[in-house]
Amino acid sequence: MLIKKPSDIPYSEVTPKSLYMNRRKFLAAAAAAGAGLAGATFWKMSQSSSPVLAGTKYDNLVKSPFSTTEKVTSMNDATHYNNYYEFGTDKSDPAKNAQNFKTVPWQVSVEGEVKKKRVFQLEEIAKLAPMEERIYRHRCVEGWSIVVPWIGFPLSVLIKQFELTSKAKYVAFETLYDPKQMPGQRGSLFGSGLDWPYVEGLRMDEAMHPLALLCFGMYGESLPNQDGAPIRIVLPWKYGFKSIKSIVKIKFVESEPPTTWNKQAPNEYGFYSNVNPSVDHPRWSQATERRLGEFFKRKTLMFNGYADQVASLYNGMDLRKYY
Amino acid sequence: MKWLKPPVFVLCLVPVAVLLLQAFHEPLRADSLLTALHLNPDLGANQIEKVTHTTGDWILIFLCITLAITPLRKILNQPWLIKFRRMFGLFAFFYASLHFLTYIWLDQFFDMSSILKDVAKRPFITAGFTGFVLLIPLALTSTAGWIRRLGGKRWQWLHRLIYISAIAGVVHYYWLVKSDVRLPLLYAVIVTLLLGFRALMAIRNQRRQLAANSAQPRAAFRPTEAAKDVE
Repeated sequence: MLIKKPSDIPYSEVTPKSLYMNRRKFLAAAAAAGAGLAGATFWKMSQSSSPVLAGTKYDNLVKSPFSTTEKVTSMNDATHYNNYYEFGTDKSDPAKNAQNFKTVPWQVSVEGEVKKKRVFQLEEIAKLAPMEERIYRHRCVEGWSIVVPWIGFPLSVLIKQFELTSKAKYVAFETLYDPKQMPGQRGSLFGSGLDWPYVEGLRMDEAMHPLALLCFGMYGESLPNQDGAPIRIVLPWKYGFKSIKSIVKIKFVESEPPTTWNKQAPNEYGFYSNVNPSVDHPRWSQATERRLGEFFKRKTLMFNGYADQVASLYNGMDLRKYY
Repeated sequence: MKWLKPPVFVLCLVPVAVLLLQAFHEPLRADSLLTALHLNPDLGANQIEKVTHTTGDWILIFLCITLAITPLRKILNQPWLIKFRRMFGLFAFFYASLHFLTYIWLDQFFDMSSILKDVAKRPFITAGFTGFVLLIPLALTSTAGWIRRLGGKRWQWLHRLIYISAIAGVVHYYWLVKSDVRLPLLYAVIVTLLLGFRALMAIRNQRRQLAANSAQPRAAFRPTEAAKDVE
């Protein structure tokens, strides 16, 4: 008989499949009721003020017209195949090494070209708008993709809380820097090669776009540690590394901010990094992708299939030059 | 030491056996065995990637083992180690064939134009393809019959292609990682040491030869070093 250590058991396997399937029906029913009430307008819901711990269940999620009907990737895959180099560079490292990552309490500082800076507690941000379920395609620059039911509300909701100066042209984001908790950030010989803390950025119109999601959860519960707990963004039309995880700082800036993968290899990873099957990575093709769980490869879609929603942001831009 | 050969042969098959157990973990039910050995019970979320990477790792490992035979038998003064060199070399070719087959079949579905484009346009694929192709003549001429047919000296020159294959393999690995170059660099160091040893040996032998030539007339016919070296 094999006695497994608790850490050997992925917590997602605790939920039996039947319960998981039923939960979605429950969510759909609850969300339908919520959506019926909310209609096309948003109204502020008072959420409980309890800390948003990993595993906390979300109910009354608003269904989004931006959700895809494609098959959702299994939660087991989405929580055990992760690129989160702060916790190691193997795909299975984050699930193993992020188990004790502390996400409570959590602050996010909003600063830069704003009239009034503010430091939020996570719970304060979570209350700003009703939580929606957004089922998005998620495409990694490496050539694999998944479909994830994210939970959150538009990033624009948070941005609109602030009076911006005229110099606020871009939004910069920063992940936590804590080598004690994040082994990948310790300076080992050569290391993973990335500069820490992880930084990302968006042009203001990209950040204000309705698809840009400020994300707190997935699969009906708050984000697992290895998926960027407790707060991240999701930009479904861009390569996955733009969807920065475990955010501690949001800063409005005047010029294009540095982004970690662009610093690492400027000829391979650009600021925009829009999913584009006709602009290859210098070392591999971006024309196809492997949807996890599928045997055959798929053709990659322009803007990851969100061209209708976002193509206008890039009118007139040479996307080969601004990759 | 001949009795060692069968068990070593079986050990060399363990990596592919593990992959098969992981691939068919549903019907085979070997999960508890694999977990007890601290191995994953299945191939994870991206099975084809896992198979490609695992077979790739084992090519490099077997190439390094093969290249380590000559330094080891000289340093440890155990000439019988040479008897295992062919087997390890052929296992490198075996895992290389699996790796290559995974790429052209499971990854590219035998799409020849796409594969040729990859080989031509993607430097890391070019390097990998080169490394594989160079092993083919070595595998084909690995028998004693071929040593006789080619003659020891020509055979030895041909089989030095393994040096280029190993370097191509390391370059292939280095060029495919996004930022974490630690493992490719580790292999680079190992291969450099193994090839460096041979370079030093060659220089030393040359010096000895020069000294011997100047000291006495040419020795009578003796079998070439190459024919003695192989099994």
